[in-house]
Amino acid sequence: MTSVDLRGTPVSAGIGYGPVVTLAAAVPVPPEGERHAGDAEAEIARAAQALATTADTLEARGERAGGPARDVLSAQALMARDPSLADGVAERVRAGTSAPRAVYEAFGAFRELLAGAGEYLAGRVADLDDVRDRTIAHLLGVPMPGVPEDRTEPFVLAARDLAPADTALLDPGTVLAFVTEQGGPTSHTAIIARSMGVPAVVACPGAADLAAGTLVLVDGTTGLVRTEPDPAEAERARLAGQALRAAASAVTGAGRTADGHEVPLLANVGGPKDVPMAVEQGAEGVGLYRTEFLFLDRETAPSEEEQVAAYAEVLNAFPGGRVVVRVLDAGADKPLAFLPAPDAEPNPALGVRGARMLERHPDVLTGQLRALARAAEGTSAKLMVMAPMITDAEEGRRFVAACRAAGLTGDAGVMVEVPAAALRAADLAAEVDFFSLGTNDLTQYTCAADREVGALNRLQDPWRPAVLDLVALTASGAGGKSCGVCGEAAADPVLACVLVGLGVTSLSMGAASLPLVRLALSRHTYDQCVRAAAAARAATTPDGARSAARGELPGLAEVGL
Amino acid sequence: MAQRTVTVAAEVGLHARPAALFVQAAAKSAGEVTVAKSGGEPVNAKSILAVLGLDVRHGQEITVTGDDEAVLDALVDLAGAAEPSGA
Repeated sequence: MTSVDLRGTPVSAGIGYGPVVTLAAAVPVPPEGERHAGDAEAEIARAAQALATTADTLEARGERAGGPARDVLSAQALMARDPSLADGVAERVRAGTSAPRAVYEAFGAFRELLAGAGEYLAGRVADLDDVRDRTIAHLLGVPMPGVPEDRTEPFVLAARDLAPADTALLDPGTVLAFVTEQGGPTSHTAIIARSMGVPAVVACPGAADLAAGTLVLVDGTTGLVRTEPDPAEAERARLAGQALRAAASAVTGAGRTADGHEVPLLANVGGPKDVPMAVEQGAEGVGLYRTEFLFLDRETAPSEEEQVAAYAEVLNAFPGGRVVVRVLDAGADKPLAFLPAPDAEPNPALGVRGARMLERHPDVLTGQLRALARAAEGTSAKLMVMAPMITDAEEGRRFVAACRAAGLTGDAGVMVEVPAAALRAADLAAEVDFFSLGTNDLTQYTCAADREVGALNRLQDPWRPAVLDLVALTASGAGGKSCGVCGEAAADPVLACVLVGLGVTSLSMGAASLPLVRLALSRHTYDQCVRAAAAARAATTPDGARSAARGELPGLAEVGL
Repeated sequence: MAQRTVTVAAEVGLHARPAALFVQAAAKSAGEVTVAKSGGEPVNAKSILAVLGLDVRHGQEITVTGDDEAVLDALVDLAGAAEPSGA
């Protein structure tokens, strides 16, 4: 059988290998305009009975599962018992609509409400859909959606998305990995996978189409899902995964090379919700706090109080550590109602975004900086604030001035993601306190390859020697000031060593990647990193750079990295 | 009709467990109970979906309205507690 590689977002580290089990077929959508036979009251009673049965089943499952799953399932049972929902169903049935269709439509009204109301609630939409599908399945007499309950052989669970009811009764001993087509780091799948210690890859196109029984190898550290791998390769990968986990968990504490050169290892977070995992994985602080979550999906900017609370929560989690906060990075591709784009932009990535947008809305920037200054009071964490999409020293100077005017006394720095900023890093270093290299955007702009265009994957590789050159230029231009990396590049254990060799002073990444990067650094001296960096820059292709760097980093192969 | 205003103290706001407890407490009233954010439209306080849809965050004020003063007091206690307990 042909082997196919799928790629998604890794959200729970580890290697899983085994046959795919899929969720029972989706419950059909009752057709629009479907009518009942005429007895509205009997039809309403039928719908009410289905809702009550669904609520009872969810509650019973919650009792059996216990723990955090019980809260989720009893919240779902409350949804099935919701009086407003029952009213919505009854109203539609009285107008002639069939019970299944009325249930579908009544849920739909609330679904829109929740989906439109911010990140936390968007996560509850899957819970609501699950209640709806279970109720409709009762009404139609079709099988309940979900995991086959009689399965005892270990399996990889593949699905479009997973609801709490699907996962509550899963035995961690029989689930080898999760792969889902939808979801993100905060989705139920990600949370449950981490709490079960099961590898997981989400947002993986093709996951829902995997056939039952297909053998797949799931790498929860890289996001690679390979179907029908060579069995020997798969077994090696599984054993290597075990050995690697053991090796990584043996290395703890601050990030440093084998000869003691310190490289603080920090976490990228998208809000307070990501902090527990960062702490658990040993992050020494936060290298990139994305603040967009506070601003998305709303009509007006969040109040200063709301912002202070969200910033203080993260600062308080890292007493004595550093927390680098990036001010709002909005623009034409991430439009916000209260930050209108000036005009339609033919190339959003090259448009009014990041610092360029904030310069047009100084009140939003000032509000955020003031909230940050207040949040920093009374914490022992070292607050550092940075601006995205800075192009030249003049912009850097204006941002630092805005920070000072808002009462921020700590370091004020800039993201280096525009090649012009990297090329003239020394000019910028004269104006700002620190740099943070955003390698994803730096690669996009260096290679003129839009990150959103899948066909240009080949060009979106941070191993490109041109990108490595710009990293080296930036680090040397920093002239002794802090120069970190907070892009995906820092999460690659091999590239992490190269970045250190290029002069980068700290590495920030998704928390799941910290243990392996810590391990890779601990196995090499600073000189080896410098030699690996030189070898990578001497190459002419990304693959050439990879293998040249590996040639100078013998400690990687020894642990199976 | 009686009315109470309270600042939501739970870290997660009126979501998750605090929302579930709030709705269950409201359901103890025989008559209508509504909840609104300051300046917002009141919604049925017995409806978990309507309450979640309000998206009340930590530190925001809500107003509860209804006939049963004991239930209103219970709702104020729940919403004003940092970690509501009980079922």
